[in-house]
Amino acid sequence: MIKYMIRRLALAALILFVAVTAMFLMIRAVPGDPVQIMLGPRATPELQASLTAALGLDQPIWKQLVIFYSKMMQGDLGVDVFSGRSVTQIVMQQLPYTLELIFASIIWSALLGVIFGAYAAANPNTFWDRMIAFVSVSFIAAPAFVIALLSLLVFAVQLRWFPAIGVGEGFWSRLHHVVLPAFAIGLSWVGYIARLVRASMLEVLGEHHIRTARAFGLAERRIIMVYALRIAILPVITVIGVGMGFLLSAAVFAEIVFARPGLGKLVIDSITTRNYPVVMGAVLVSTGLFVLSTAISDIVNAWLDPRSRQSL
Amino acid sequence: MSDPITDKETKVKMSDHRQSEFLKIVGGVAKNPLGLIGLIIVGVFVFCALFADWIVPHDPVGMNIKDRLQGPSTTYFLGTDQLGRDTFSRLIMGSQVALKVALPAVFGAMFIGLTLGMIAGYGPRWLDNFLSLIFDTIRSFPTVMFALAVVALVGPSLQTVVFVVMATSIPIYGRVARTQTLALRNSEFILAERSMGASLFRILGIHMMPNIIGVLSVLAAMDIPTVIALEAGLSFLGLGVKPPTPSWGSLLKDGYALIRQTPWLIVAGGLPIIIATLGFTFLGETLRDVVDPRLRKNR
Amino acid sequence: MTAPLLQIDGVTIDYNTKKGNLRALRDISFDVNKGEIVGIVGESGCGKSTLISTILQLLPQNAEWKKGAINFKGKNLIACSEKEMRDMRGKDISVIFQDPMQSLNPVITIGRQMVDIQHRSTSPYVEKWQKAIDMLSMVGIADAETRLKQHPFEFSGGMLQRIAIAMALMSRPDLLIADEPTTALDATLEVEIIKRLKDLHKEMGCSILFISHHLGVIAELCQRVVVMYAGSVVEFGSVDEIFFNPKHPYTRRLIECDPGHIKERAKRLPTIPGEIPDLTEALEGCIFQERCSEIIAKCKISTPHFVSVGQNHQAACWLNHNQEPE
Repeated sequence: MIKYMIRRLALAALILFVAVTAMFLMIRAVPGDPVQIMLGPRATPELQASLTAALGLDQPIWKQLVIFYSKMMQGDLGVDVFSGRSVTQIVMQQLPYTLELIFASIIWSALLGVIFGAYAAANPNTFWDRMIAFVSVSFIAAPAFVIALLSLLVFAVQLRWFPAIGVGEGFWSRLHHVVLPAFAIGLSWVGYIARLVRASMLEVLGEHHIRTARAFGLAERRIIMVYALRIAILPVITVIGVGMGFLLSAAVFAEIVFARPGLGKLVIDSITTRNYPVVMGAVLVSTGLFVLSTAISDIVNAWLDPRSRQSL
Repeated sequence: MSDPITDKETKVKMSDHRQSEFLKIVGGVAKNPLGLIGLIIVGVFVFCALFADWIVPHDPVGMNIKDRLQGPSTTYFLGTDQLGRDTFSRLIMGSQVALKVALPAVFGAMFIGLTLGMIAGYGPRWLDNFLSLIFDTIRSFPTVMFALAVVALVGPSLQTVVFVVMATSIPIYGRVARTQTLALRNSEFILAERSMGASLFRILGIHMMPNIIGVLSVLAAMDIPTVIALEAGLSFLGLGVKPPTPSWGSLLKDGYALIRQTPWLIVAGGLPIIIATLGFTFLGETLRDVVDPRLRKNR
Repeated sequence: MTAPLLQIDGVTIDYNTKKGNLRALRDISFDVNKGEIVGIVGESGCGKSTLISTILQLLPQNAEWKKGAINFKGKNLIACSEKEMRDMRGKDISVIFQDPMQSLNPVITIGRQMVDIQHRSTSPYVEKWQKAIDMLSMVGIADAETRLKQHPFEFSGGMLQRIAIAMALMSRPDLLIADEPTTALDATLEVEIIKRLKDLHKEMGCSILFISHHLGVIAELCQRVVVMYAGSVVEFGSVDEIFFNPKHPYTRRLIECDPGHIKERAKRLPTIPGEIPDLTEALEGCIFQERCSEIIAKCKISTPHFVSVGQNHQAACWLNHNQEPE
């Protein structure tokens, strides 16, 4: 198990290394003065000079990369072009809002998705099974930002049930504020998870140990809820890791539509002001988050399902 | 080898066979109610995109300040925006933009993914590891974040959107093509070809590709709605196609700014996106069930 | 004489498949008396597993009940409701399945599973846990206390099968069905499991329906044997009668093919030529006709019925009819 963990995390580190290097090289590959591009046209000449020196742009490219990495390791992602504040600080300030939104979305969509999927698998080929299948496909297809806009229009602007902007203060108010954005970006995950759970549940219900459980007269409900679901739910955990990436993407839209602070809003605002260090810092952090969450979900999966430890 | 006449005949037969196979697939899709709905929606969508210039009742970029922010009427079916442009006309033109992004992006990604995937699956181990790592790396970026980073660097344009969408979906095709190639690599007919000394190009291009491309086409069909949504999303953020080009996303952007005054703009811009993505998804799903025998068996 | 514990009477089951009606069980009849061990022999695909599912009423959806009755302790299982059946499963009737590696839940600890199957008992958790420990010790698993906290993948196949036996005997059932319990195990483990079953049978006194295609095991363990072929019973009788005086050609072939019975060094192992007939097709006459070396004209025309060919010994073959005065 420990060995698996180390290998999985090493792979994650390797991927992150390649990703960051690629991003670094991409910035360099763009024609024009890299400092100009990184800082944007509004940067002062002094700032340009200091950044050129800080990044050691007169040095060969591999040396620049080394400097970039050694700074990153120390948690230094550069400075905001305008305020001069540390990018790390700015990003970390916004991160909790995005995480709050993503976790809220995962929780509600996973709960509903598992219930839908398990119910459909327990009653295959019935009316409700087909209905759930149809609804799942429709949910999956619906783009998050359109759902966000329409739910903003209906539930916030027209019905005024939920606030239209901001994150709120205090637990209840924050919860109240997160409902609509979490609904919008979690909706397609309800569909994904329902389908996933249905498929894996049907597979598990056909396994021999389920027959054993039935042969011992265990109640059907207990067989489905405990004996089968424990196994059928495993792929959901893996998928939630991947889902982090999708949710990080969808969160950008939800944050814009509902004017919530967060990584996405930070990136968009920084793009419009051409504050490139902040853009890159935020993209880097969200990528790191995604890589880490996929690795963690794989590890959790290996822990829950001892059989999957063999791979990798 | 064989004389040209029989070779030609086989080719004709092959294409005949392909055609009937295609009709069979379309028939299979249409038999499923969901597939039929998808087929109709996609048909209408493609029709709108192809003949947009003839369909639009007003100039989609023509401003008419006098008629700005009007509600739905007989002249303007879906009202007008803040510059007095006809929403309906912009919607129709928007379908063209969506298709202009989706088709090159999806086909480009499919072709590059197919090539890289086959190389990874057929080439030496180190190359496979290398390409797999590249695929994993691209997938490790959250799509929209990656798009934003690229847009931030090179500036928003239709080409940027196409590039971003293509880059992010290459790994999807690449991985599937790789697995398929690995599976086919040791199949009897490939071994037979190899033992007869067939060239690499012949093996990959003539024998493997036709077997892989079917699965990839299904993937592509299922990828189109994602691409349409991403284009609209980026345009909504003001980072997609440049104004005044009418994209569904920029329509929503205008609607969002005026959500309290003119709610119909959001509905008018949002519904086509939802309907189009639903249509493509229904079609893609049914197509997968019809084409992929492995999944068909499970039904 | 008291009524038999399990009485299977003319059970006929079809499967609705795409290829047509598959006649899985044809007019199966036999009894299992109290405290008796009855063996069922036959090749794979002869309907042994369907028979178990039928007794437990756990048939797949596409199975169709044609006719017959299963009387267990004076109750017709066919007429039982799902709830009545569930009450009996694991309490009056227990099963040991073929592959121990697959028949236990992989993600739940052995102890939890052993406690869960005592769901009918109202005793506290601690007592159920203790009972699980006792049962494991009984089947010879050392250090039961710690073993209970482990998952199935941490055990060997032989151990798992002993655990399965412990689970099946936990409720002291009247009938234990063992579905090829040794097929997935090594030969040495097989001997051990059989010995263990024999001892436990002596101790608990339950009836056992033992299903196997291994004749040696049947001979070792059972008192009576039922020979099945292609969904039908072709011969049944006491172990001695079946092994020393087989009256059906199929039984004879089966015994000849058993490696334990080959006395001289044969050039090649004897086999029964041919394959089990396609059960979806209607067949006239004897079910074994296509592979029978002693076929006579009558075999192709009508299905032979059972005649007594010895003490407590019956076979369904026209050859035996000829010997009897009509």
